[in-house]
Amino acid sequence: MSQATRFRDPANQSMVLTALYIAQEQYGHLNQEALERVAERLELPVSQVYSTASFYSLLHTQAKGRYHIQVCEGISCALCGGAETLIDYLQDKLAIRAGGITPDGMFSLEVVQCLASCGTSPAVRVNDELYDDLNFDKVDRLLDQLAEREEA
Amino acid sequence: MSAALEPILTRNIGVPNSEKIDVYLARGGYSALQKALKMDPEALIQEVRASGLRGRGGAGFPAGLKWGFMPKGDQTKYVCINTDEGEPGTFKDRLIVEHDPHSIIEGAIIAAYAVNAHRAFVYIRGEFFLGVKRWIKAIDEAYHRGFLGKDILGSGFDIDLSVHRGAGAYICGEETALINSLEGLRGEPRIKPPYPAQIGLWGEPTLVHNVETLANIPHIVNRGAAWYQSIGTENSVGSKLFCVSGHVRKRGNYELPLGTPLREIIFEHAGGMRSSKPLKAVIPGGASTPVLTSAHLDLPMDFESVAQAGSMLGTGAIIVMEDGTDMVDVARRLMRFFVHESCGKCTPCRVGTRNLLNTLERIVAGEGEPGDIDLLEDICSNMVGSTFCPLGEAAANPVLSTLKHFRHEYQYYLDHKKPMTAA
Repeated sequence: MSQATRFRDPANQSMVLTALYIAQEQYGHLNQEALERVAERLELPVSQVYSTASFYSLLHTQAKGRYHIQVCEGISCALCGGAETLIDYLQDKLAIRAGGITPDGMFSLEVVQCLASCGTSPAVRVNDELYDDLNFDKVDRLLDQLAEREEA
Repeated sequence: MSAALEPILTRNIGVPNSEKIDVYLARGGYSALQKALKMDPEALIQEVRASGLRGRGGAGFPAGLKWGFMPKGDQTKYVCINTDEGEPGTFKDRLIVEHDPHSIIEGAIIAAYAVNAHRAFVYIRGEFFLGVKRWIKAIDEAYHRGFLGKDILGSGFDIDLSVHRGAGAYICGEETALINSLEGLRGEPRIKPPYPAQIGLWGEPTLVHNVETLANIPHIVNRGAAWYQSIGTENSVGSKLFCVSGHVRKRGNYELPLGTPLREIIFEHAGGMRSSKPLKAVIPGGASTPVLTSAHLDLPMDFESVAQAGSMLGTGAIIVMEDGTDMVDVARRLMRFFVHESCGKCTPCRVGTRNLLNTLERIVAGEGEPGDIDLLEDICSNMVGSTFCPLGEAAANPVLSTLKHFRHEYQYYLDHKKPMTAA
């Protein structure tokens, strides 16, 4: 009853997510050129690669800041001073709306669902790093640190 | 208070460098694998079946039965380790992956040996960056020591394991969606039957297990089904990681026998309420499970008892809410999660969650209309039983359960255009 034959090349197709991650790192986000290159390398239709890319929230088809800030709006964060409280604070602080990017391209802000830090909420993720047990002071310090890192 | 449980799943947590193989080996790690490789695979399946171990990913399906459904023989088969923990309120698998990954690897190798599979995959949430690093490091170490690869420990059994990183989709925790994602496709669920044990990854029989489930396996092999049976209740056997979050003093993971009363978990282990405000509501098993109230505190936290109370044990993620919490707003927030995570494949879920959210947002904004409670119930009744996978069914739970226990708060919103909790 094997259905394996329905794929062009199962090994290539299974590489799509990994290849998209690599392309995203190289191009900053998955623009048309990035998607076409992945499709070409894996010998798959661009439509199929785009179909996969557009499904997952960590794969971005729009430009993101060098520091992409994801704020959890989940229930356990909301109960402990996170979610809208933190989102509003960051929106004011960065002068952008969630979904936006600062004019210098340094920060972008996104509202996300659970980051599995409910025991240490509120939680925020910046690129590949998780920050939890946050409050306004800690958020201030985090943004300062990121700005310093940028200058270094 | 129930008899103190010796730590099983958490026995290595807190030990310095517990994620490293040397520490794991020094604490008796991989001894169950050595024992298992000398056993007849069929006897192993029998042992796991006899232990009564049930899946810890939320559904509670008997693990031994799942192993038994895998076809015998030499055909290609796969094992998948489901590390796609994303149920709001849940942070237990992350703990094991980051601090005791070898216990999962050992359980997975034993499972693969029992069902005669030679290829295994870790599917991990893209958000778990540290988890990905820990997984890769642990797998490298296991290859280096001969626990993975060809002819492991001279047994003649071959097993390969690699990590596949997801990219942010809650639905990929559902086993058939996980398989689609592993194949590089959109993480939409497949119709069941056929079950993955018949037709799974690349069309081949596939065993998918949650991290916490697999972490139990080495202990069952080492100490036997009879020992395991002595923990928990008759039908909910073993210990469980309960994740307690929300308005308690000591949030965190607590390993306790299944059947431990909710009151004991919240007021003894998690230190009770964080302030003088009394407990108002509890979500017992993660965002998908119906809300309970202070009237349910004596509930034993096992699969059967929680189901009898009208909810589900789910992942064991206990979210505690104090007096003053706006339950309509809680339902709205949970619905935002389901709208975001609905994969879009089936209409009742895709449209149903959106319609529920629109209605809830209108009510919370003070723009509710007289028929809105009926409307919510109507939308829910069109979802329950008609969605493609359990996500859509679960998405109705926050609304139905808050309506059941806190209907007056909805009515107050409609009558006064503001929350009852602000009154």
